[in-house]
Amino acid sequence: MNKISLQIDGKQITAEEGTTVLVAARSLGITIPTVCDHAQLAPYGACRVCTVEADANGRSNLVAACQYPVENGMVIRTKTEKLDKIRKLLLEQMLSHAPDSEPLQELARQYGADRNRFEQEASFCILCGLCVRYCAEVKQKHAISFFDRGAKREIAFLPEIAMQECWDCKECFPLCPTSALQAAYVLTESLLTPPDATVPSCGGGCSGKS
Amino acid sequence: MSRIASVTALEEFRQEILSQRDPDKPCITLCSGSACMATGSGKVAAALEREIEKQGVSSEVVSRRTGCHGFCEQGPIVVIYPQGICYLRVQPEDIAEIISETIIGKRIVERLLYVDPNNGEKATREDDIPFYKNQQRLVLGSNRKIDPRSLEDYLAVEGYQALAKVLFQMTPEQVVGEVKDAKLRGRGGAGFPSGIKWDFARNAPGEQKYVVVNCDEGDPGAYMDRSVMEGNPFAVLEGLMIGAYAIGAHEGYVYVRQEYPLAVANLTVAIKKAEEAGLLGQNILGSGFDFTVKVHRGAGAFICGEETSLLNSLEGKAGEPNARPPFPAIKGLWGKPTNINNVETWANIPMIINKGAAFFSAIGTESSKGTKIFSLVGKVNNTGLVEVPMGASMRDIIFKIGGGVPDGKKFKAVQTGGPSGGCLPEKLLDIKVDFDELSKAGAMMGSGGMIVMDEDTCLVDIARYFLAFLSDESCGKCTPCREGIRQMLKILTNMTKGLGRPGDLELLLELAETTKGSSMCALGKTAPNPVLSTLNHFREEYEAHINEKRYPSLSCKALIAFHIAPEKCKGCGACFRKCPAEAIEGGKKRIHVILQEKCTKCGGCLEACPAVFGAVSKISGVPVPDAIPEEARAI
Repeated sequence: MNKISLQIDGKQITAEEGTTVLVAARSLGITIPTVCDHAQLAPYGACRVCTVEADANGRSNLVAACQYPVENGMVIRTKTEKLDKIRKLLLEQMLSHAPDSEPLQELARQYGADRNRFEQEASFCILCGLCVRYCAEVKQKHAISFFDRGAKREIAFLPEIAMQECWDCKECFPLCPTSALQAAYVLTESLLTPPDATVPSCGGGCSGKS
Repeated sequence: MSRIASVTALEEFRQEILSQRDPDKPCITLCSGSACMATGSGKVAAALEREIEKQGVSSEVVSRRTGCHGFCEQGPIVVIYPQGICYLRVQPEDIAEIISETIIGKRIVERLLYVDPNNGEKATREDDIPFYKNQQRLVLGSNRKIDPRSLEDYLAVEGYQALAKVLFQMTPEQVVGEVKDAKLRGRGGAGFPSGIKWDFARNAPGEQKYVVVNCDEGDPGAYMDRSVMEGNPFAVLEGLMIGAYAIGAHEGYVYVRQEYPLAVANLTVAIKKAEEAGLLGQNILGSGFDFTVKVHRGAGAFICGEETSLLNSLEGKAGEPNARPPFPAIKGLWGKPTNINNVETWANIPMIINKGAAFFSAIGTESSKGTKIFSLVGKVNNTGLVEVPMGASMRDIIFKIGGGVPDGKKFKAVQTGGPSGGCLPEKLLDIKVDFDELSKAGAMMGSGGMIVMDEDTCLVDIARYFLAFLSDESCGKCTPCREGIRQMLKILTNMTKGLGRPGDLELLLELAETTKGSSMCALGKTAPNPVLSTLNHFREEYEAHINEKRYPSLSCKALIAFHIAPEKCKGCGACFRKCPAEAIEGGKKRIHVILQEKCTKCGGCLEACPAVFGAVSKISGVPVPDAIPEEARAI
C-alpha cells in the first residue's frame, strides 16, 4: 500500500492509501462527530454529521469524513464555523424524530442544537441504518431493511426472516442510537402480521391467528 | 438478413439501398413519436395504409413512420418529401384528401398548413415554419428521415460510417482525442467534458470495462432523451460502440426507464437488427472488435439518473447513490471501470466522428460546443423539442421558436434544468444559453428542460412543487437531503396556505445551505436550487405571502377569493351553471352571489362570466366584500 501525506487541522500525517479521512483523523487523536459510523460496518455516509472541509486538487469541498478516502496533499479542517452550523442543523433535524436520544442529546449540547427547532415527528428512527447494516453485513441475515424512499423512508423487519432469526439475536437493539425500544416495537409489529395471515390483524395486539 | 462482414460489404449494401430509393418519389412521413401517438398518430397511420391501397398509388408513393419531429404541440405531423410539405394536426379523415390532392393532384391542402398566430401567414414547408426555421437540428434532424426500426433507413443516412471509420482508420487514442477536440460536454446535466471522462475509464486499470447509456430521464416536462431513443436508436448504439472501442469495453448496457415503452421497443428492435447484420456481436465488420449490448428497464426512480444510483440499480440493488470517489470510471458496474453518458451525448458521437471535431467545435460558445436539445413546455405557444446551437438566447428560444406566451399573457419566468434547476426572470432572458451562463444566472442546463411560466404563475408555489417532487424522489438515505427537503417543503407549503411566518426566509436559506453543502449526491446538493433561485429573483413574492398574506399573481388558492361585483352582474346565470360546487346563489333577474364557504376556488365562474360584463374578479390580500342582502338582489 502506498503512503500518502496530508494535513488535518494543521497536523501533518502519513496515512495508507484507501484510508478514510475519519480513520486518519482518529489516528491523530482528532475526534470527528458521527452518528451512523460503526467500526464493524462499511462506511455508509447517511447522517453526514462527520462532514468536514477538504481542500484537494485546488478545490475546496465539503465531504463526509467516514467515506472520503485520503488524497495526497489534502488539507482537512474538521472544526470550522461553517461545519458547526451544518452539524447543528443536522442534529436538530434528527432530534425532531428522536428528541430523547442520548447520543443525539450529547452532540446537541456540544453544538448548541435545539431539539425543539423543528416540529416533532416522533418516529424515533433517524434512518442511520445501523440495524439494517449490522443484520446484513455482520449477521448476514437481512431480517431488517429500508422501505420506501424520500421523506417516506422507514425501516421494517421482514416477518419471514424475523420469525426465524430475531428471537435469539436482537443484537441490533443496543446499536440503535435513538431507542432500543424502537427496534423492539418495529420487530413486534412485523411479527404481529405473519406473512401467511388470512385473517387481518385487529391492530390491537392480537396476532390474527386463532 | 445476412451478416455484413466488412466495410466493403457495408458500403455495397448502402449503395444497394440508395439505388433502390428514388429521391424524387413522393415519400409521406408520419411522426410516430410518443406525443404524436398520444394525439392519434396510430389511427392516421392505419388510414394512410388504407388510402394508399384504395386510391391505387402503392407503387407511386412511399410511406414511412418516423420518430419525433419535435413540434409536438401540432401533432400528428405529416411531412411529404421531396418538397417537405408539412401538414399539422392531421386526422385520419384528412388522409384521403392528402393522397388525392397532394400526391396525385400535386396541390396543397391549405387547411392543414401551419398558420402563424401572429400574422395569419401560412407556411407550406417544414423549413418555413418559424418553429423549425430558427433551429439547427443536428441530432434530432435524422428523426424525420428514418423509421427507427429500419436498419436500411439508418444506413441510408450515413449510418455506421463513423463506426467503420474508427474501427479501421483510428486508434482508440485518436477517437478519444477527437471527442476531446470537439469539446463535447455531457448532455446529462453537469456538463463534464466527455473526452476527459472517456480517458479516465480508458486509463483505468483492468481488462473488463463497461459502457452505459443513461436513458433515465425523470425531469417533469423533459423528454429529449426519450425522443432521441425512440426516433433514432441506431445512432445511440453507434455512439455507444464508438465509445466502447475508445475506452476498451466489449459490453454495454442501456438503462431505459420502464415508462418509455416505445423507446424500449424501438431499441430492442434496433439491437436485434444490428445483431442479425453482424453490426453487434463478435468481430464486427471483420475488425476483430467484439461488442454486445443489453437493455435494462429501470423502475422509474428519478434518482436512478444519478450515475452511482444507476449502477446500483443495474446490479439489482436499491437505486441509491454511493459516495464518490471512487468514480464509476475507476470502480463502476460490478466494480469495473465504467463510462456512463446520457442518450443525447452518445447520439452526438457519430456526427463528431463523421464531420470532425473542427465542425462540431465551430458551433456554440467558447465553453459549450455543438447543439443542445431543449424541451420547451409550459405557457408557450409552440411546445415541443427544440434543438439550437449552444449560446442561443433564451429570448429567441421562447419567443422566436416558441412563439411567445399564449393568450396575450405576460411572460414571468422560465424554469430550466429540471427540478433542481432554477427560475430566471425576464431581465435575464438575453443570456446566452450554455452550461456556464445558466449556472452563473442561478439556473442550470440540466438535461435541457425548459418550462415557461406566465404572469398567473406563483413562484413560491413552483418552488413548492419542485421540492415536493424531490421529496418524493430523494432516496432518503442521507439526513440533509431527506430532512432538509422535508423542512423546506413544510415552510413553502405553509406559505402557500397563508401560514407563512417572519423568519421563514432566513430558515429556508439556512436549510438550503446545509442541504446543498452536506448531501451525498447531486440530487441533494442541487435540491435547494428551486428555492434559492426563486428567492433570489422573486423575493417580493415570498414577502407578500408572509407579510401580507397576499399573493401577487393570484394563484395560491388559500390566499385568493372570487367575488361578483353586484353593480356589474346582469343575472345571466352563466357562472351559476358553471359552478361545480353549488357555491353560487342566483336566479333569473337576480344579482348572483358567491358563498365563500362553499367555493372551491376553481375559477370556473371567472371564465364563465361574459367579458362584456366582467362581473367576477379574483381578489387577494383584501377582505371579500359582504354579500348584498337578499332583498337588494333583484335587478
